[in-house]
Amino acid sequence: MQHVPDTPRDAAVSAPPRAAFPGAPAPTAWRAVALVGALALAAALPFVLKNFFVFQVTLAVIYAIAILGLNLLTGVNGQFSLGHSAFYAIGAYTAAIMMNADIPYVWTLPAAGLACLVSGFLFGLPALRLEGIYLALATFALAVATPQLLKVNFLEDWTGGVQGIVITKPDAPFGLPLNSDQWLYFFTLGVAVLLYVCAANLVKSRTGRALIAIRDHPTAASAMGINVALYKSLIFGVSALYTGVAGALGAIAIAYVAPDSFTFSLAIALFVGLVVGGVGSIAGTLIGGAFVLFVPNIAEQVSKGLAGAVYGVILILLIYLMPSGAAGLVRWIGARFARHQGDKSGLPAR
Amino acid sequence: MELLLHQVLAGIATGGIYACMGLAVVMIYQAIDHLNFAQGEMAMFSTFIAWQLMQWGAPYWVAFVAAVAISFVAGVAIDRIVFKPIHDAPVLSHVVVFIALLAILNSGAGFIWDYQIKTFPSPFGSGPLFGQNLVSRHDAGMIAMTLIMLVLLYLFFRHTRIGLAMRAAAASPQSARLAGIRVGWMIALGWGMAAAIGAVAGMMIAPVVFLEPNMMVSILLYGFAGAVLGGLTSPGGAVLGGFTVGIIENLAATYIPVAGRELKLTIALFIIVAVLIVKPGGMFGRRVVSRV
Amino acid sequence: MTALIETRGLCAFYGDIQVLFGLDLAVEDGGITALLGANGAGKTTTLRALCGMVRTRGDIRFAGASIAGQATETIVRLGIAHVPEGRGTFWRQTVEENLQIGAITRRDRAGIAADIERVYGYFPRLKERRGQQAGTLSGGEQQMLAVGRAMMLRPRLMLLDEPSFGLAPMVVEEMFEIFGALNRRERMSMLIVEQNAALALALADHAYLIETGLLVMAGPAAQVGRDENIRRSYLGY
Repeated sequence: MQHVPDTPRDAAVSAPPRAAFPGAPAPTAWRAVALVGALALAAALPFVLKNFFVFQVTLAVIYAIAILGLNLLTGVNGQFSLGHSAFYAIGAYTAAIMMNADIPYVWTLPAAGLACLVSGFLFGLPALRLEGIYLALATFALAVATPQLLKVNFLEDWTGGVQGIVITKPDAPFGLPLNSDQWLYFFTLGVAVLLYVCAANLVKSRTGRALIAIRDHPTAASAMGINVALYKSLIFGVSALYTGVAGALGAIAIAYVAPDSFTFSLAIALFVGLVVGGVGSIAGTLIGGAFVLFVPNIAEQVSKGLAGAVYGVILILLIYLMPSGAAGLVRWIGARFARHQGDKSGLPAR
Repeated sequence: MELLLHQVLAGIATGGIYACMGLAVVMIYQAIDHLNFAQGEMAMFSTFIAWQLMQWGAPYWVAFVAAVAISFVAGVAIDRIVFKPIHDAPVLSHVVVFIALLAILNSGAGFIWDYQIKTFPSPFGSGPLFGQNLVSRHDAGMIAMTLIMLVLLYLFFRHTRIGLAMRAAAASPQSARLAGIRVGWMIALGWGMAAAIGAVAGMMIAPVVFLEPNMMVSILLYGFAGAVLGGLTSPGGAVLGGFTVGIIENLAATYIPVAGRELKLTIALFIIVAVLIVKPGGMFGRRVVSRV
Repeated sequence: MTALIETRGLCAFYGDIQVLFGLDLAVEDGGITALLGANGAGKTTTLRALCGMVRTRGDIRFAGASIAGQATETIVRLGIAHVPEGRGTFWRQTVEENLQIGAITRRDRAGIAADIERVYGYFPRLKERRGQQAGTLSGGEQQMLAVGRAMMLRPRLMLLDEPSFGLAPMVVEEMFEIFGALNRRERMSMLIVEQNAALALALADHAYLIETGLLVMAGPAAQVGRDENIRRSYLGY
């Protein structure tokens, strides 16, 4: 009869400790081939699909980046955030305000990133004192506050108030033979590749290991000399940076920002995307992004009146099938596969 | 000065709503160690059921008791059917299922009963209490109802065998099993009780905010805030926290210039977060001494 | 003498990893059996397997009836009390509430009250602290509380996982005397897992030695205690 770990205290009874990352890695050669193949496919996409779909895929990638940001905080470092819509909004509005002032859109990305790095870090500082539920509530408060603050009277000159800001969608530079949707797709893809590579490197580095140690056992991490407070606040900033850059990209792609696009529903959607993709998995965020974009639409197509209910049912079914998200499912399949091939050492643990 | 007093009392009146909701939230938190994000929607759905029963001719108190009973059973059922299969899943996956439940209930209610607001009767009558314009009869009744539930819960947990079993199951499920406690059923019981309390909360709140599928969204947030403020280990704290949130919200709206009205929810939340930073366990939360 | 609990070919698994490889052990009715072995040998797992806390294969019989594959709480209700590694204290509850939790499956109010007094009789230090939060007790006191909680079940069989762990020698001696008393006076059968072989062998009448998930020796305690290898590896002389 299977025993289930109930609390961290009971963890000793469970199966081997979870890996920081999706285990059962394919041999490096396979991975490289898969990666190159995926990139090739991605590059070919805009020439095969209709414009609207290109736009949708762009948005999915943008959400994936936003979720990647959340993942760095929650998946890698274990800090529970239900407020990342706030950082997404900061990024989006930074981009919108700058483009309104005729600053080229390329500069909006680092600006958005910087703004969010700082604001994320500043939020992370007091958040050090909060854990679990309490942190969730605090971040949720941030998410709730954001649209309200964006609508408030005395900031209207900057934010455009309830009506928001309309932006002109940029065209392809250097006279490239791409329409604006296709160009934005490649632009987003480029930024995404850069950000994903950085994230993967971060997690594999010493810093990444420190963050994971803090997630799994903060007391032990601290006892080993890791400056827990510094790491926790910094990763808050970095996480916000990623989501903020995504927000900026989103603003550019949609060419419009308004307060009601950034409600707590977005924060919840990002969170759901994180879990569906697999908490702690970098590759999973792509699935999460796709989920956030496409599933609500699918739900509405199935039944207009019961769209929410259909969405909920799909979500529950997904969790039943993949309790640890898509990445968890891949891990599980990999483990089954490995078992049939190799031999298990059979050496008994305790 | 009189304005202040008036606002404080008004805050206590609205706070009664949050206190009631907060009680349901803490109830389930004590049972399952998670916040049930779908609590508000469950309460809303229960209230609709009561409304429907009254539409079919049932008198108020019959509908009230029936709705509470149905909610209890539904709560137990939701736990046993929806949450049992994902028992081993990580915490965050549980949260997602709560969110899914929220979506299903909200959408379902809108589909069955549409989004037009409906009036919901109060058993306490309308009009001011004692003829004075400080607190309405319904508000007073609601506060009384909340306090009664609080007392009943206290007695249940402190002085009954099953209350102790539930506390043990929540405190340490594995050790509880070793004492022979059927932890699964204790959790289901917690769910049922939370659903029942939520139903009462919904039926108390609906006369004030009017019945419609989205009525509980912000109230749940206030209820959470109040529960967290009061310390999630303490039902009494949750109630006090709820009243406090009501007062803070009202005072913020009245006294903070310009943005007070628009941002009262934001301000209330931030004050709560500030309190949490200073006192991470909430105002009345017990600090649990745990050895590493 | 009849075996109160016995296993045949007991295997246990943590997830996919097998930890016990076919144990045949038994505890006689009214007897005390010691399960010895080094760290990681599988002693704790054996106790957990008996209580349905891990996935098992093989036969487990309690008082003749099979309990393999049943839920922990069901097995406990049949009369098996497990004092786990880590003691399983309910930290936020008081000492007295902890004892009441131990008796939660019983309905006889008077009997429960009498038993609480009995536990205090064996462990007067617990009585002094009856209103205190259990998490504030010292290690030794928590161990006593754990044994007391197990006693409240009025079990036929008590499983003890390393009761001497982390305790001062004097406290341990006291505790083992109490085990002896419980066995003699209340006819409580016991299966004691211990790293402290000398202590366990002095108390027990029967002993097993487990190494990496397999039983490598079994016999009367005195005999096992005299064995050359045991003396060298586990008794230090």
